[in-house]
Amino acid sequence: MPQLEIVDLKASYGPHTVLERINLSVEKGEIVSLIGPSGSGKSTLLRVLTGLLPPEHGTVRLNGSPVNYADKAAVRALRSEIAIVFQQYNLFQNMTVLENVMITPTRIKGWPREQVEEHAISLLTRVGLGHRLKAYPDELSGGQQQRVAIARALALRPNVLFLDEVTAALDPELVTEVLDTVRALASEGITMFIVSHEMSFVREVSSKVVFMAGGHVIETGSPQQVFDAPQEVRTREFVGKILRH
Amino acid sequence: MTLHFEPILQQWPYLLGGAWLSLQIAVLAFAFGMVIGLVCASVLRYGPVFLRRMVTAYVIFATNTPQLVQIFFLFFALPEIGVTLSPFTAVLIGATFNAGAYLCEIQRAGFNSVRLMEIEAAEVLGFSTPQIVRHVILPHVLKVMFPPLSNQFIVMTLGTSMASIFGVEELTGRTYNLSSQTYLSVEAFSVAAVLYIAVTLIATFALATIGRYVCRAKIKVF
Amino acid sequence: MFASSQAEIAQLFSYYNLLLLVEGLAATFVLSALGCFAGFLAGFVVATVRVTRSRAMAPLRALAFAYCFLFRRIPFLVTLMLVFFASQSSKANLSTFAVASLSVCLIASAYLGEIIRSGLESVHRNQWEAAQTMNFSTFETLRFVIVPQAWRVVVPPTFGFFVMFIKDTALASQIGVMELTSAGKVLTNKGFSSWLVYGTVLVLYFVLSYPLSRLGKRLEKKLAATRNR
Repeated sequence: MPQLEIVDLKASYGPHTVLERINLSVEKGEIVSLIGPSGSGKSTLLRVLTGLLPPEHGTVRLNGSPVNYADKAAVRALRSEIAIVFQQYNLFQNMTVLENVMITPTRIKGWPREQVEEHAISLLTRVGLGHRLKAYPDELSGGQQQRVAIARALALRPNVLFLDEVTAALDPELVTEVLDTVRALASEGITMFIVSHEMSFVREVSSKVVFMAGGHVIETGSPQQVFDAPQEVRTREFVGKILRH
Repeated sequence: MTLHFEPILQQWPYLLGGAWLSLQIAVLAFAFGMVIGLVCASVLRYGPVFLRRMVTAYVIFATNTPQLVQIFFLFFALPEIGVTLSPFTAVLIGATFNAGAYLCEIQRAGFNSVRLMEIEAAEVLGFSTPQIVRHVILPHVLKVMFPPLSNQFIVMTLGTSMASIFGVEELTGRTYNLSSQTYLSVEAFSVAAVLYIAVTLIATFALATIGRYVCRAKIKVF
Repeated sequence: MFASSQAEIAQLFSYYNLLLLVEGLAATFVLSALGCFAGFLAGFVVATVRVTRSRAMAPLRALAFAYCFLFRRIPFLVTLMLVFFASQSSKANLSTFAVASLSVCLIASAYLGEIIRSGLESVHRNQWEAAQTMNFSTFETLRFVIVPQAWRVVVPPTFGFFVMFIKDTALASQIGVMELTSAGKVLTNKGFSSWLVYGTVLVLYFVLSYPLSRLGKRLEKKLAATRNR
């Protein structure tokens, strides 16, 4: 049974349809990457899946059971199983790095403090920020903030991790450190849903690549298929343009 | 407690006349206050130190003491040196005195918002000084000053209600008259409240429209 | 002439008269402080209601909006009169100080509600989103994320409002509250010259307001400097 199943999903912002006929299936441990031009609906799909934008039509099934996005309790239940890292880090500005990572598990989920602290410190050390536990977000670089955001997401022990263009807002020299962190996660077997522009990274790390354009899924396949032997014309155009860099 | 609004509502021309007087006081005090404010702001920017100190003292004093007591002083204290002012004049002078200080602060902030780089660019492009003032300085300064000036005007319009204490027959004064005639005080003052809301809303709309087209300044009505 | 002025000043500042003025000053301060304190608490509630986004809260939100909207567009004197006459005709028979306190709280809540709402909304929307995706309730988001970031934006205008309010309480003298302006009236009725009396009253208001104004400005500079982003 797939861990995440998306069936015939449709979503709109007011009168504009931004996602249509989205069908996708993700097995446990898979790493799915969404690629495509700007405005293709990649981030929107993530927002729908994480409950930030209600879908108009279609079903999303997590571990076989459908998620009712209109029901607040169901959305809460969904969010306790997943975690998202945003493009703009969205770290809480009034808290230190350690507090940012610890606040949700301790205050919201109610997990015991010592264990959460231990886990938080180990996660932050893993992402390379174990020496800056008491720093505030505005004292850190973009890449460091993003790594904290990843640690914060992992502290929730999610079943699925969503990464929304996590390197898009970073200066080029900071992109590598974040990608290295994600790459290390990829080898641990956690299910990941990545939206990214970093094509070589996507190609290296994904088990499945989904090409989207204009709110539709154009093509799905393994990285080799999509990048080396794209079937659809638009995929070919897109891949051709980006691989030229 | 049953409320009878009809006797009050019947008097709407009377009350409307009061509202009109309130507006007049506010507009006059605002206009004179702007002149005072302009002079003071100019002194603060370009004047000699002793004048600057005097203006600063005026502004600090006027903005940290109540307008009501300022008018009390004018109305009761001046007669002792032989200057007797009519209630209307005392209120107007007091409101102008008070307004001048606030409007000076607003205009000073406006002056300070002038961007030197733009002026230098205009100079280099060959603008004459009057042209620089007209095309570079004035539009920007007006845009910066317009929201706080509009707000101050609304505050002043509401502030005219204290003129009633001195017998001026503006909206609050007339409302008080009606309430003592009819004993329908709650109804009278409720209607007055609604009239003040209406007047300030209309004024805000008017100012927002002027601001948008003349100064390209945006004011929120709500 | 000069001798009698000196005598007058001495008499004005005799014990009982001074006491009258000081009591009036204290009443003014208590009235404004009470209004601002209660107004801040009530204003906080009003502001949090206005910041919610759920459909269920829409009627309350509209109410909160109307409240802030209306009470900031009615003159202080009119509100005072309304509360005064309403308390009289409803046989509640509140003391003049109670009437003034109630009016003061009503008005302060509206103004401070607006100031606090503005402060809460100054916190970037994505802080809300991050909290929302981690299952923070609205209350938890406000408590742990929004308010700690918003308070710096809220404090300076609150101070400004407090100073403005001290001056507005002078109007309470019109319904008979024994605050500083009424003390002035009593002294002029006793026969002292208006110059002296109202001059002193003005100075006393200044002594109360100006330090608070300065403190507010200093706080504004300090808080703006340490604000991030």
